[in-house]
Amino acid sequence: MATEKKEVFNAEAGAAMMKELRSAFASGKTKTHQWRVTQLQSLLRLAEDHEKDIIAMMKASCKLALKELNHWMTSEKVKTSITTFPSSAEIVSEPLGVVLVISAWNYPFLLSLDPVIGAIAAGNAVVLKPSEIAATTSSLLAKYLGEYLDSSAIKVIEGAVPETSVLLEQKWDKIFYTGNGKVGRVVLAAAAKHLTPVVLELGGKSPVIVDSNINLQVATRRIIAGKWGGNNGQACVSPDYIITTKDYAPKLVDALKTELKNFYGDDQLNSKDLSRIVSSNHFARLTKLLDDDKVSGKIVHGGQRDESNLKIAPTILLDVPEDSLIMTEEIFGPLLPILTVDRVEDSYKIISSRSKPLAAYLFTNNKKLKEEFVRNVSAGGLVTNDTTLHVILAVHTLPFGGVGESGMGAYHGKFSFDAFSHKKAVLHRSFAGDAPARYPPYTPGKLRFLKALLNGSILGVICALFGWSKA
Amino acid sequence: MVEQERSLAELRETFRSGRTRGVGWRKAQLRALLKLMDDNEDHIFNALQHWSSEEIGQLFLVLYRKMDGSQAGSNTATFLPSQRTSTARTAWPTLSLDPLIGALSAGNTVVLKPSEHTPECSSFLAKTIPLYLDRKAVKVVEGGTDVAEHLLQQKWDKIFFTGSPRVGRIVMSAAAEHLTPVTLELGGKCPTILDSLSDSSDLKVAVKRIAGGKWGPCSGQACIGIDYVLVEHKFASTLIELLKKTIKRFYGENPKSLKNLCRIVNKHQFDRLCNLLEDPAVAASIVHGGSLDEENLTIEPTILLDPPLDAEIMTEEIFGPLLPIITLSNIHESIEFINSRPKPLAIYAFTKDETFKKEILTETSSGSLTFNDVMIQFLCDTLPFGGVGQSGFGRYHGKYSFDTFSHEKAVLERSFFLELEPRYPPWNEFKMQFIRLAYSFDYFGLLLLFVGLKRRFR
Repeated sequence: MATEKKEVFNAEAGAAMMKELRSAFASGKTKTHQWRVTQLQSLLRLAEDHEKDIIAMMKASCKLALKELNHWMTSEKVKTSITTFPSSAEIVSEPLGVVLVISAWNYPFLLSLDPVIGAIAAGNAVVLKPSEIAATTSSLLAKYLGEYLDSSAIKVIEGAVPETSVLLEQKWDKIFYTGNGKVGRVVLAAAAKHLTPVVLELGGKSPVIVDSNINLQVATRRIIAGKWGGNNGQACVSPDYIITTKDYAPKLVDALKTELKNFYGDDQLNSKDLSRIVSSNHFARLTKLLDDDKVSGKIVHGGQRDESNLKIAPTILLDVPEDSLIMTEEIFGPLLPILTVDRVEDSYKIISSRSKPLAAYLFTNNKKLKEEFVRNVSAGGLVTNDTTLHVILAVHTLPFGGVGESGMGAYHGKFSFDAFSHKKAVLHRSFAGDAPARYPPYTPGKLRFLKALLNGSILGVICALFGWSKA
Repeated sequence: MVEQERSLAELRETFRSGRTRGVGWRKAQLRALLKLMDDNEDHIFNALQHWSSEEIGQLFLVLYRKMDGSQAGSNTATFLPSQRTSTARTAWPTLSLDPLIGALSAGNTVVLKPSEHTPECSSFLAKTIPLYLDRKAVKVVEGGTDVAEHLLQQKWDKIFFTGSPRVGRIVMSAAAEHLTPVTLELGGKCPTILDSLSDSSDLKVAVKRIAGGKWGPCSGQACIGIDYVLVEHKFASTLIELLKKTIKRFYGENPKSLKNLCRIVNKHQFDRLCNLLEDPAVAASIVHGGSLDEENLTIEPTILLDPPLDAEIMTEEIFGPLLPIITLSNIHESIEFINSRPKPLAIYAFTKDETFKKEILTETSSGSLTFNDVMIQFLCDTLPFGGVGQSGFGRYHGKYSFDTFSHEKAVLERSFFLELEPRYPPWNEFKMQFIRLAYSFDYFGLLLLFVGLKRRFR
């Protein structure tokens, strides 16, 4: 790839870019069904041409949007009552305008393109700022989106903190950010200056409660798939830690060891089916968690590391103290602490004493426990008897988003379209049926009529019209 | 402030206890609010009457009841896990209760900070709410900016703010520290487009509705009241004449008598409005009204014809009884006029031209859009009420109030049965192909794969 000297993305460049995007939006072209379909089809072609690079999920989002776009763009008719008779009402989805998507490094294509697909489907002009930590993907995105999509309305700006700061100074109609809480606060504060609404997809410590009397083999495999199968723990909805009873813990640990061997063989540190740690910074962060005095001696499986290749083996720790480092911040790596309690119901207190996570998981056959779980645990999303599937499988129907420290707003499927739309309330009235009672000067008769009307009382209206007062 | 922190701790404790989650508690609070209205009709009325006329006070009461009634009906049958504590800071008395109703229906504990600009209403709420609602779950905090600042330093699970964009920014910046989601109900200049109407009775109805929509709601002091009117040059004089007649019929000959008209809420706002008229070019454009009564804080319904577009009266939200009429050579220019300004909370358009209606609908953006009437969209519970751009974000009314104070938690239930081996490593080509086909919902392809007829991945 020929590399020219990259232009500096400074304040002037930022302002010029915004001008171009606003002009593109003002032209009205992004609002047309045709434009949206063309862009989505181009994205699909991009995925098909470069299949090795693009994850299947992105294609699924594109296809869904193409299939459902007509339906999503149709206004929703709503009922009206006697209070506004005669009238008709509808809710119309319209694009917000020019939006910014800032994505993360762990699933760089997916977390960049999934929101971008939603923004395009909703008819907006978009700027994507991919994570600089996943540098290769960032430049691939810049190249491909530039080639396949309408670059007057869809742009990729690469860079790190300086470029992101320039972007955050601009006035956007929506900002969609995926990442951590620290930067989330910076994004929200920048948005506040322009009264820009935001979606923040953050993280948290997603707990897994494991009850006894379950199909342990299946449960263990699903936990492993969710934890180490998903980028070796580097995913926002990865199981972060497990809570189980003191009695059941040994069985669980054995089952985990068995299945880990089945999946990844004996030399798990060097397994080809496991991702490496993304950067040396994160490698250092994770090894620090393992070297914490409070958890030494708690490792029951794994613990091996290879700094030159940025690899850490799947590691299980048993009975770590709740105030250890590994239990205070989101792990985002292949370390799995297990906390033990006397009764499985004691798990709820542990979970509710912490920030609300993006996801929470429960493995049980006990119906009452399931109900308590749904009622007591507040998280972005819950799954019983599996992990992470609500994100991967149920794309169209479940909203994906956080609550509290794990974020605000949601997306996936139609929720993506909605996240980037303004739902405009439209009321159609006719000139007929103009009640004189609406206007001053007000008389007791008029007031009676209005009271009845506002209370939706047809009888009251009739009485008022006849001059009778309702007792 | 120690007192505030203690109150907040009590609210958190109440929420943690789970008491606010049950349908029973929520319905009890809503019924208590209804009873509060019924028992205190006179008090509310007196508090409102301080700045509105008798009849309008009565209308407000009816509006209160309507909001209560509609919310109490649409209630919670399912357990939706809700936000914890929230604060509703509101500007006008009517607007204190609507969000409160939403927050309670959703099972939250609430702190309400009413506007300090209407002290009678604020103290009424502070005195009566504790008598009717669960004191450990609902608190009213009175005060001005300093109190608000202290409140904003706390960690809330949601903040609902009604007021100006300037303060909206302050609220949102404070919320950013704690990653608190907010709903901002702000304002803007709500334009009214008046197209030519061939039928004179239609025109009369339109003008009545415009007059009612400008001066009816608290003398223009409403976020969705009409701010200014756009009309073609040639119809301006007809419009002005009709408006004058309508004003006379609605409000009488003598503006000082305050028949059916509201006062300006306080001296500060009164002075602000007077300042808008001080600009000589603006004063010169007055074609009706303009008299100011400082003693009674009243301003006569005033019409201006084409004041300068860069004067403050045309750049800031008026929020008062001054109505600029802006003339255009062609009514279709109104779309560009509106689009070159911040997105308003509401756009009103009087027209029978279906093509023009469609243009307005697709080419402008606003919180809401109403054809051939004014303000009445507020009464339609099935429509979301909220702004976009500078007029705010988030929405409420009806079920939207409940939703705005709720977290919609995704829940997926799986059984242990039916395991899909391709989910798990070690990976091989079969599993990769399976996953690709599964994501494409290519069931036939999956079938072929299983019977060994599908070509392997290249």
